[in-house]
Amino acid sequence: MQQVNKLTPFFENLNFERDDNTMVINFGPQHPSAHGQLRLVLELDGEQVVKAYPDIGYLHRGIEKMAENMTYNEFLPTTDRLDYIASTSNNYAYALAVEKLLGIEAPRRAQVIRTMLLELNRIISHLFFIATHALDVGAMSVFLYAFREREFAMDLMEDYCGARLTHSSVRIGGVPLDLPAGWVEKLASFCAKVNHEVEHTYEALLTENRIWKMRLENVGVISAEDALSWGCTGPMLRGSGVKYDIRKEEPYELYSELDFDIPVSDRCDSYGRYRLYMEEMRQSVRILEQLIPMYAKTEPQLMAHAPQYISAPKEEIMTQNYALMQHFVLVTQGMRPPKGEVYVPTESPKGELGFYIKSEGEPYAYRLKCRAPSFFHTGLLQEILVGTYIADVVTIIGTTNIVFGEVDR
Amino acid sequence: MAQHQVNYASSAGLPIALTSVDKLVNWGRSNSLWPLTYGLACCAIEMMASGASRYDFDRMGTIFRASPRQADVMILAGTLSKKHSEFARRLYDQMTEPKWVISMGSCANTGGMFNTYATVQGVDRIIPVDIYLPGCAPRPETLQYALMMLQKKIRRESANMNNNTKQNLRLV
Repeated sequence: MQQVNKLTPFFENLNFERDDNTMVINFGPQHPSAHGQLRLVLELDGEQVVKAYPDIGYLHRGIEKMAENMTYNEFLPTTDRLDYIASTSNNYAYALAVEKLLGIEAPRRAQVIRTMLLELNRIISHLFFIATHALDVGAMSVFLYAFREREFAMDLMEDYCGARLTHSSVRIGGVPLDLPAGWVEKLASFCAKVNHEVEHTYEALLTENRIWKMRLENVGVISAEDALSWGCTGPMLRGSGVKYDIRKEEPYELYSELDFDIPVSDRCDSYGRYRLYMEEMRQSVRILEQLIPMYAKTEPQLMAHAPQYISAPKEEIMTQNYALMQHFVLVTQGMRPPKGEVYVPTESPKGELGFYIKSEGEPYAYRLKCRAPSFFHTGLLQEILVGTYIADVVTIIGTTNIVFGEVDR
Repeated sequence: MAQHQVNYASSAGLPIALTSVDKLVNWGRSNSLWPLTYGLACCAIEMMASGASRYDFDRMGTIFRASPRQADVMILAGTLSKKHSEFARRLYDQMTEPKWVISMGSCANTGGMFNTYATVQGVDRIIPVDIYLPGCAPRPETLQYALMMLQKKIRRESANMNNNTKQNLRLV
């Protein structure tokens, strides 16, 4: 009989002793380089990986199920916890999907602010990528430098929405707040700082670094066919030479008006992807610099005018009876979108992030599905880890830039 | 004949400092708290930020260790799912005595916003917790404060862990 104080071994179905001279090792779910709760079961022949089996689900929190029991506005803060490195991109993807379902559009100023926040989050996420990737490969100082710049971006987010990590800075139909005084100037100086640091710190430390090149070049090679057939998006796909970015293919928000390039790398390896991330940060800065003058030209309206779905501004609620009644109904019962289903893809820092929502006309979604880029990149591991050395496993996990909040949901 | 008397306590003739064993041992323990890198979810990012350049945990003698055998403190940063819970307990058991646990963030404290079928509703169901840290996600300053509170707590404890009440809280 099983003892009550002893936990059952989880590996009882795994045969560690093998006849064919291969060794099975367990990697994670608690591993400092596993980028969260990834568990890999690796079959090794000497130092080479023969078979890799990524085991996921250690951070499964039932977020999609929660969405079925929450009103649309109530669910928005939960989306923060999907890709928690760039929360606003999740908030935005969700808000955009609901807006498409409702058939409303955010006012101009809200669009400018949202695009600013999205690109700021892209920089935050890419800085985090370079920090952890370099730390895993062994370059500790890059981690410290990248986190230094990341803190400036965090301060900007905090000035805007009050939170460092879980922003909830986007609402369905617009944004809750206008930019605080002096924020745009701070953003401009941050842009200059990022441009400077990318060139003089990260690239100066890494691009020609002998160890960095040895660890990254020709490691984690994904051909364009593989990347497409495994459903890769974002830098993983562009790193394999496929020029595909949803911001250009299906422009949303202000991206059709903005002038920016989509960097592509033909190298197909981790080094090419690292160069791509650096270049994307430059492009994000370029977008932010274009947005700053656009902001001043906009009208002050922040939320879309759709009384059936979205509460009126605070002044109206406090002065007009009908607006107050509507607000009360929307808060207590929640908005009721029309019947239908919608899928909206957005380009999150990691790839295609999209929400599928099926509405039955109730205040709760009948089904909500989150298409998260990291999930597909985790599946890819079983393909690209085979044949590599065990020391490169950490590099390859780092280069996929997976976040387990959105893999397991 | 002159009588030579040396007052060792006051006349600083010899390098002697008087203390108790408890204080000496706890001085060492509380100033070199090595946490386990146990990032589970969002809070792990704030835990990393605490260790990075701006908040700089190193100045408090706190250095993150990747192995439970070398760690004194387990900072449970994030949502603990039921699938992961047995690993959490196993890692806690692998840590050498004396050991402490900080539960970081609402998810680790009570399950937080994730009151679902998959989430452990508070890590204290699995392992005994010393410090509960509120917030979703707590700021790095909060984690620093929690660590300072833990240091205070350690300094109050008896150096002989068998005398501590925590022993009675062991689930095993």
